[in-house]
Amino acid sequence: MSAGTEAAAAHAAGPAPTQEVVWHHRHLLDVDVLTWPEIELIMRTTDEMKGILARPIRKVPALNGRRVTTLFYEASTRTRVSFETAARNLSADVVSVSTATSSVTKGESLVDTIRTLEALGAEILVMRHSVSGAPYLAADIFGGHVLNGGDGWHAHPTQALLDLYTMRQHLPGGDLRGRKVAIVGDILHSRVARSNIWSLTAAGADLWLCGPATLLRGMDRWAEAWRGGSVPGHVSFHVTSDVDAAVRDADVVMALRIQRERMQGGLLPSMREYAARFGLNAERVSLARPEAIVMHPGPMNEGVEISPDVAISGRSVITEQVANGVAVRMALLYLLAGSHQGAAMHEAGHEAAHPHDAGHAEAIR
Amino acid sequence: MTDRQIMTGDEIRRAVVRISHEIVEKQAGTDGLALVGIQRRGVPLARRIADAIEEHEGVRLPVGALDITFYRDDLSLVAQQPIVKGTDLPFDLNGTTVVLVDDVLYTGRTIRAAMDALIDFGRPRAIRLAVLIDRGHRELPIRADHVGKNVPTSREEIVKVQVEDVDGHEEVTIGRQLRTAEPSTGNAS
Repeated sequence: MSAGTEAAAAHAAGPAPTQEVVWHHRHLLDVDVLTWPEIELIMRTTDEMKGILARPIRKVPALNGRRVTTLFYEASTRTRVSFETAARNLSADVVSVSTATSSVTKGESLVDTIRTLEALGAEILVMRHSVSGAPYLAADIFGGHVLNGGDGWHAHPTQALLDLYTMRQHLPGGDLRGRKVAIVGDILHSRVARSNIWSLTAAGADLWLCGPATLLRGMDRWAEAWRGGSVPGHVSFHVTSDVDAAVRDADVVMALRIQRERMQGGLLPSMREYAARFGLNAERVSLARPEAIVMHPGPMNEGVEISPDVAISGRSVITEQVANGVAVRMALLYLLAGSHQGAAMHEAGHEAAHPHDAGHAEAIR
Repeated sequence: MTDRQIMTGDEIRRAVVRISHEIVEKQAGTDGLALVGIQRRGVPLARRIADAIEEHEGVRLPVGALDITFYRDDLSLVAQQPIVKGTDLPFDLNGTTVVLVDDVLYTGRTIRAAMDALIDFGRPRAIRLAVLIDRGHRELPIRADHVGKNVPTSREEIVKVQVEDVDGHEEVTIGRQLRTAEPSTGNAS
């Protein structure tokens, strides 16, 4: 909460000085801890990473010899491949742990798994878990850096940052202040929505969350808390079940997946009824501004939350989101890997825990 | 501060003009030549060498900017990440003779990184090096082809180049290191 209002305050104070931002975060678990100048640093670093992706050789040696391990307790295609591609583009060594084929199936605990991976040399751990807060536990025990690749209903910071980056690319001056952003769908189960609330309110957007009342539970209180923050008037945050009101004159319309795997009985009458009442079809999207963009974090249930023609229409930036995801993750891996290691290790009581650190100075090419 | 001036604005201007003549003389003309400045102060210096060559040869050489941040070998050693300033190479490197331009040549690590970065964009026929100041203390087998001024220094000293486009005025000073220098200056690596 306080971080969010701080971020909003930093933003409200006007354009931040673009120099002088020092990255000091050892982990990235959610966007709530980021100030607006830090978010802008990530955006600028992402610009540079986009430049690398446009080169004939899409690879730089920035993280040469650094070890990135992905540990995914939940199914994923784009996030995992995106992180691994990002790490390889920076020349890191990537180890990929899939829990379905690991000792997790023999009952190894999260804590033991992380200790084992650390003993095997993991320095940056990218983690996805179905339990909200699991990466916070990981950050407590892991001697390196933890990057949250999605935890339960709680947070998906890299998705929120790539969403923000994509929106900025399509808005004049990259400025979201006062721009209407409608997020439509299964808000209740969505870590994407929760992380986006932090970044979009910090960016000064006019945020609208929309879905059936059963899938908006608790959101009223979030909105109230935000509006009652220390900088009232700067945060615009609406919660509604009226999809036309949410989409009308929007600059950005984002559909969220109906998460059937998290859906307990009684929340939705049927997928068909959801599609009819809340699905983004061409008619509904036409209520938005003519130059509005349509987003979806994927994977899509086409014909449920978004109709196939909208998903591939000229307004859709869904594939751009995927491409930007690699660049944003490169930026974050780079920033985290360079955050002050000596202090970070010391603070965690791991002074000499990483033989690699001592070795790295020697190993300079 | 006890900074001592070792080059005035006029001396910098004359050194740039002399280097521009040397480059053209050494390459026997301007064919296939390109200038690439290393961020940050190498970029305005490269542009000024190109201006000087244009003045006496009547040919405008292509000028690029190279950011070597992602090619540094000391990411885990510096206290904070260097700020990325952008690479812009608006010409085809293949077959050209590239003259890298930087303000200070010190350990040679920046130049090593710059050569790695450059080669990722293409295959130049040759890479040459022009620097305003060579202060010695090389850690790699690298030398400059064109030098504005050789300055004997100790490792505790800091050589600071200031140019109009970045700093608002022109001079080169030398001083004692008080605290850890900012990591991304030319004289730090």
